[in-house]
Amino acid sequence: MFSYTIKRVLSLVPVLLGLSLIVFFMIRAIPGDPAQIILGQLATKEAVEELTKQLGLDQPWYIQYFTYLGGLLTGDLGESIKTKTAISQEIWPYLAATIELSFCAIVIAIVIGVNAGIISAWYQNSWFDYIAMVLALIGVSMPIFWLGLMEQWVFAINLDWLPTSGREEVRNPVTSITNIYMIDTLLQGRMDQFWDVVKHLILPAFALATIPMAIIARITRSSMLEVMRSDFIRTARAKGLRMFWVVYKHSLKNAIIPVLTIIGLQTGLLLGGAILTETIFSWPGMGRYIYDAINARDYPVIQSGILIIAFIFVMINLVVDLLYAVIDPRIKYN
Amino acid sequence: MNKRKGILFLVFALLLSLALVGCSGNSSTGGTKEEGEKDTGTEGTKDTEEGAGGGTLVFGRGGDSTSLDPAVTTEGEAFKVTDNLFETLINFGEQDTEIEPGLATEWETSEDGLKHTLKLREGVKFHDGTDFNAEAVVFNLERWKAGNAEQFYYYNSQFGDKIDSVVAVDEYTVEFNLNKPIAPFYKNLAMSPFGIASPAAIEKHGEKFIENPVGTGPFVFKEWKRNDRITIEKFADYWQEGLPKLDQVIFRSIPENSARLNALASGEVDLIDGVNFSDVPTIEGNPDLQVFERPTLNVAYLGLTNTRGPLKDKLVRQALNHAVDKKALIEAFYAGAADPAINPMPPVVAGYNDAVEDYPYDPEKAKELLKEAGYENGFEMELWAMPVARPYMPDGQKVAEALQANFEAIGVKAKIVSYEWGTYLEKANKGEADSFLLGWTGDNGDADNFLYVLLDEDAIGSNNYTYYKNSELHEILLKAQASSDQAEREELYKQAQVIIKDDAPWIPLVHSRPILAGKAGISNFKPHPTGSDLLSHVELK
Repeated sequence: MFSYTIKRVLSLVPVLLGLSLIVFFMIRAIPGDPAQIILGQLATKEAVEELTKQLGLDQPWYIQYFTYLGGLLTGDLGESIKTKTAISQEIWPYLAATIELSFCAIVIAIVIGVNAGIISAWYQNSWFDYIAMVLALIGVSMPIFWLGLMEQWVFAINLDWLPTSGREEVRNPVTSITNIYMIDTLLQGRMDQFWDVVKHLILPAFALATIPMAIIARITRSSMLEVMRSDFIRTARAKGLRMFWVVYKHSLKNAIIPVLTIIGLQTGLLLGGAILTETIFSWPGMGRYIYDAINARDYPVIQSGILIIAFIFVMINLVVDLLYAVIDPRIKYN
Repeated sequence: MNKRKGILFLVFALLLSLALVGCSGNSSTGGTKEEGEKDTGTEGTKDTEEGAGGGTLVFGRGGDSTSLDPAVTTEGEAFKVTDNLFETLINFGEQDTEIEPGLATEWETSEDGLKHTLKLREGVKFHDGTDFNAEAVVFNLERWKAGNAEQFYYYNSQFGDKIDSVVAVDEYTVEFNLNKPIAPFYKNLAMSPFGIASPAAIEKHGEKFIENPVGTGPFVFKEWKRNDRITIEKFADYWQEGLPKLDQVIFRSIPENSARLNALASGEVDLIDGVNFSDVPTIEGNPDLQVFERPTLNVAYLGLTNTRGPLKDKLVRQALNHAVDKKALIEAFYAGAADPAINPMPPVVAGYNDAVEDYPYDPEKAKELLKEAGYENGFEMELWAMPVARPYMPDGQKVAEALQANFEAIGVKAKIVSYEWGTYLEKANKGEADSFLLGWTGDNGDADNFLYVLLDEDAIGSNNYTYYKNSELHEILLKAQASSDQAEREELYKQAQVIIKDDAPWIPLVHSRPILAGKAGISNFKPHPTGSDLLSHVELK
């Protein structure tokens, strides 16, 4: 197991290298001259040339790439063209906001999705099963933009239960320590602010959770159905085990592997794919950070932002792979 | 419809209740007690806030600032904040672009227009406690002068090398020596980028001044959380007694227009800009809210690239002008908050020619002109639709579709094309579009800032996307730029508009009045045509 872990971590190196190369080229394929866009419509030719030089964009691509790679190895993610600040310095608040939101969303998606899937499988072809699976189908194809606005309209404006957008009540702002506000408010013992932060999280987290929740529910259901047809479940039920144990101990454990795979993939997707949710709920996270950078042709930010998300994605899936062995002793890595 | 809503509501309620059950399980540590404390806590602060002063105004807007130093930016969002932190030597009028005393109380221009002498206001302090005086003005001007166009874009475009030197005559008198007259000199000085900053703070913070702004304005910078909010608070030593009325202003970025309106309706923000024209009736129907109209200083147009295909022919361009039903556009997409554009600049700009009459909406006449030009059977062209919403162009795609139908009626087949915004501008700039939607919001309310910047041959490659060239016009515009006789300038600009009308390089579409909305309790908020609003008089009930 240990040597497998080492092997897997080492095999990440070529993956990440390849990734950085793909990102590097993808960005250069975006039409538009960054120097021109940064300087605006009225810039003189000389100014554009000067800035191109300053940004190193006049160098051949391989020099640009290796300069960038060298920087990465020393922890230097480059400097934002727009804000003239080191990316390693400015990226954390955005990343923290995204992590907080994605974490809540995936927890909601797992709790509701897995349970809905189990119940649907257990009571296959019951009304619950039908309703849950129709909802899951709606969920998978839900336009998040519309869902977000409807959530705001129902829960913030009509019912006045929850705030529409942002991370906190700005008139009573959170003092940030880690930038993950649920932790910050708890560290400072500000329960009033903690509740406020949770309230701000609910609507965007549900909007973001909708699609993964639906996918998880469907996968859990089909995986459970398969397991429940097997002999050992029949035996367990025959020997009179309580239903709860049959489901959560015997069935789920055997059915969880494909679910886990999906959870890993979906978590990764949430980190990078939250742009719509972030826009509707004005959540200052990575999605918008990178989106704005694309509009401003802020190459270093796009590059490093995508790379960091890709890195986290790869790490999550590594953890998921290792979890297989922990959960299912039949899986052994050598 | 109702049934669907009902089901949807049930779904929401189900999901939410599940989540709440989950939440309460996780964090049940003395929930009720804490909540009780919280209630008294917030109410307590609210009471003291309201009792002691003007309270906090939360301003919701579409984007974040990129800089808090007005000198180094060109972005409208940035000026919305810096106008409240910095002051300029000359001010614009409350809701127009007439010039009024600012940090300078009086001014004088020499006969030849080459020397401007300004008397400065005494007893003004910067936020860091240092004094505002002639030295500070000279320091700022020299800072801008020393930088290049990349750093100080507006200084270079408005003054460039026309300012020879700036001298402190005595503690409260500055003298500007020019080598060429600049007709809109004082209007330029009133523009947001020329806010006077504290020399001590610039020296202290260097490049980081963009995050540590220090001016003389009614508000002091407090905090900036990027992409989220900027907080500024009342400057206790502000030179105007009794101002600002508010204790604190928080600028929040809420990118989506509908979400921003939702935030206003739910009370999280007090004032928003960038309201969809289509939302105006809803806001007007809500007694808790009010609508503000920003006086127009913009123009939306369809550029007809003068170097491409049939559009090379003046008759064709005139024909297209006859084909567009501007009234219908305004009804459909601007909720009536716009006027048809006849000239390339709005009527508030001095020198606007009232005598120019618009091409009337007349498809028959348009067909005749096309026939005369040899395009009896029409032709095909591309029609570029802006991919982003702007106050002058709320929905580029839909406006393009309406124009497409207008053109169809005279036999011109327009194919709608769109690109990502950066690409759109770059390609249009290179003259790759047949016809394209675009617009402009004036910087200083001067005619030069519309006619020369958008339509002179010097501006080809920058803002003259149509590649329109007319040497007679060019001469007139240059003459107007150099003259310091206002009456003569206005006469020249009137002539210029007649020429432009006839050459028809554009179809001027509308001058819109951008919409803002706020809580009913807001008073004394006067939206400024330039798009950046001074909030010192605003009160909140």
